[in-house]
Amino acid sequence: MNVQTTEKSKEQLRAELLKPDVITGSEILLRSLLLEGVDCVFGYPGGAVLYIYDAMHGNPDFNHLLTRHEQGAIHAADGYARSTGKVGVCIATSGPGATNLVTGIATAYMDSVPLVVITGNVATTVIGTDAFQEADITGITMPITKHSYLVRDVKDLPRVIKEAFHIANTGRKGPVLIDIPKDVSNATCEFHYPETVNIRGYNPTVMPNKLQVEKMLEAIAESERPVIIAGGGVVAADASAELLEFVEKTRIPVTTTLLGLGGFPSSHELWMGMPGMHGTYAANMALQSCDLLISIGARFDDRVTMKVKGFAPQAKKIVHIDVDPAEIGKIIETAIPCVGDVKNVLQLANQKAKPAKSEAWIETVKENVKNKPLRYKDSDTELKPQYVIEMINETTRGEAIVTTDVGQHQMWAAQYYKFNHPRSMITSGGLGTMGFGFPSAIGAQMAHPDRTVVSINGDGGMQMCSQELAVCAINNIPVKIVVINNQVLGMVRQWQEIIYDNRYSHIDLAGSPDFVKLAEAYGVKGLRATNKEEAHKVWREALDTPGPVLVEFVVRKGENVYPMVTQGSTLDEMIMGDSE
Amino acid sequence: MSIQRHTVSVLVNNQPGVLQRVSGLFGRRGFNIDSITVGESEEPGLSRMVIVTTGDDKTLEQVSKQLYKLIDVIKVVDLSSNPMVARELALIKVNAEPSARPEILGVVETFRAAVVDIGPSSLIVQVVGDSDKIDAMVELLKPYGIRELSRTGVTAMIRGSVK
Repeated sequence: MNVQTTEKSKEQLRAELLKPDVITGSEILLRSLLLEGVDCVFGYPGGAVLYIYDAMHGNPDFNHLLTRHEQGAIHAADGYARSTGKVGVCIATSGPGATNLVTGIATAYMDSVPLVVITGNVATTVIGTDAFQEADITGITMPITKHSYLVRDVKDLPRVIKEAFHIANTGRKGPVLIDIPKDVSNATCEFHYPETVNIRGYNPTVMPNKLQVEKMLEAIAESERPVIIAGGGVVAADASAELLEFVEKTRIPVTTTLLGLGGFPSSHELWMGMPGMHGTYAANMALQSCDLLISIGARFDDRVTMKVKGFAPQAKKIVHIDVDPAEIGKIIETAIPCVGDVKNVLQLANQKAKPAKSEAWIETVKENVKNKPLRYKDSDTELKPQYVIEMINETTRGEAIVTTDVGQHQMWAAQYYKFNHPRSMITSGGLGTMGFGFPSAIGAQMAHPDRTVVSINGDGGMQMCSQELAVCAINNIPVKIVVINNQVLGMVRQWQEIIYDNRYSHIDLAGSPDFVKLAEAYGVKGLRATNKEEAHKVWREALDTPGPVLVEFVVRKGENVYPMVTQGSTLDEMIMGDSE
Repeated sequence: MSIQRHTVSVLVNNQPGVLQRVSGLFGRRGFNIDSITVGESEEPGLSRMVIVTTGDDKTLEQVSKQLYKLIDVIKVVDLSSNPMVARELALIKVNAEPSARPEILGVVETFRAAVVDIGPSSLIVQVVGDSDKIDAMVELLKPYGIRELSRTGVTAMIRGSVK
């Protein structure tokens, strides 16, 4: 018997996909996604997408991961996108399936994550009649998508998909929704996938104005106390190498926002940590005393600026580099705007970049970094959450992909995990979505089967998408799921302590499941630690276990995140708390 | 920065939902809409919206930049920064017993408006002009009793060959 390889080459597959066969909308969708290079789709079937799911049946080229909730699917697609820079794709049915995606779409929109979100809808003949499982999902999601389509004719489908991928992953990236009525997914036409995209109203400015870049370089050369605030735009533009070169040429200290973590190596001598509400002393003080502020792909979020009217008060000039012109001047008046893709801007700047007069300033910054590091009061009787993060950092040598949920553990992960690579911190920054941490890790692990993916969650957020444990178990997705359990909604507790005068209102999470048993109920290994010794032991065991593991760390209940700047205060008014 | 009235012309793809995209953007960003009109433009497939909004220069800059972020928006022009023609149409149904009609017709004539319907006890007056003229007309007709008033909102264009 002749042994023939069944594996098709990429060219063979492409040629097959591009054949002008008469096929259904569902097959058009599948072929188009494959032509866009999508290697994993996250989804959940239902009535309005059954033709699409039927087309998947027996298709060996199409890889679909069934989650247990649509929210799990879209956060997984988001984690896939953030960890790779590719477009994440998810599929849900009409009505409740589609509305279950809303939180995930808003999450991706706020953090500029490229997603193509595919929803089914009721047939075009009954749209608008309040048909079973009908929802106007394009209407509902208009404020939280970069663009959306309701496809009424199967002939439009290839063009729409081509455009959706292009829009999602160019300019300022973001989610694009394609709503496909059931009859359209079953209608047929000859398949022609367009090679190019031509959208008249969409031409993002990616090349900067040379004059503006030169003005920036002049301002740098004159400055004595410059600071760079680097945000998610650096990571999104894959511009970390360019940023590093820029910093070394100009000698400007750098602070990276929550979404910018990993965009600049934390081991670098000019890195000051994260700025803002829970930023480091060095970063916040530098922002408050700099004479030149350069924002690179950061949008002056209120969690970073705090009281805008007292932000960077000594900055004579503010430079703002952003691919989205609408960000310029939105929050802070900007002297030198540079609209363009961060990578292009920095490449251009690096050709002529010269050092600032910053050596004395660098000494001040370094002293602050050294004298006021992040610190906490450790304990030998209780397990401290910061200690757990430090342990995770040390054992993974800062090389893991870390996804977090939202709350205190998120801030501790941002503070105590040392991110040296872009796309290794995956967290919901803008929207602050609880329930994001765990499913986003599934997506990241699907994209990086050989890397260690650690998902750090609180006991609150873990319960918002814990059903996805089944997905890890069934598919043997080896995510290391960390639950930092302090038995309360920690960040809310912290606010109620500091801002609401110890009036603790509805934060007690008593009644949470036994997380170890919960994991085991799904067939995932569960481990627990309540002290340092156990922590090291079970964490080592988790790392040495090939499949998924959930590790619960029972930590001190009343621990707070410090430093902290309360709302209405300026960045130099930090509460140092235990870190003093 | 002073709060001013701005007239903004927005050229958009004539797609379903485009009015919702534009008006929704104004709503959620906290921009004001005094009036909005939409109709076909000189180019097939494109519509022109004319939006009258109030705000300072910074708000207007954001209005324009945020509008450009919409994929269906092709061009945004602040008409009020140029010499422009702005017109609005109003239909006013006013109480008009036969004895009062001559007086009302006098007002209509002065304003170069037109009577487009006569009922047993009412008239419909059609008036075209800038918003101030229509305001004035409405004020003058108020004493007779306005039964119904319908205004289109402003549509506008830059004068001459300025683009």
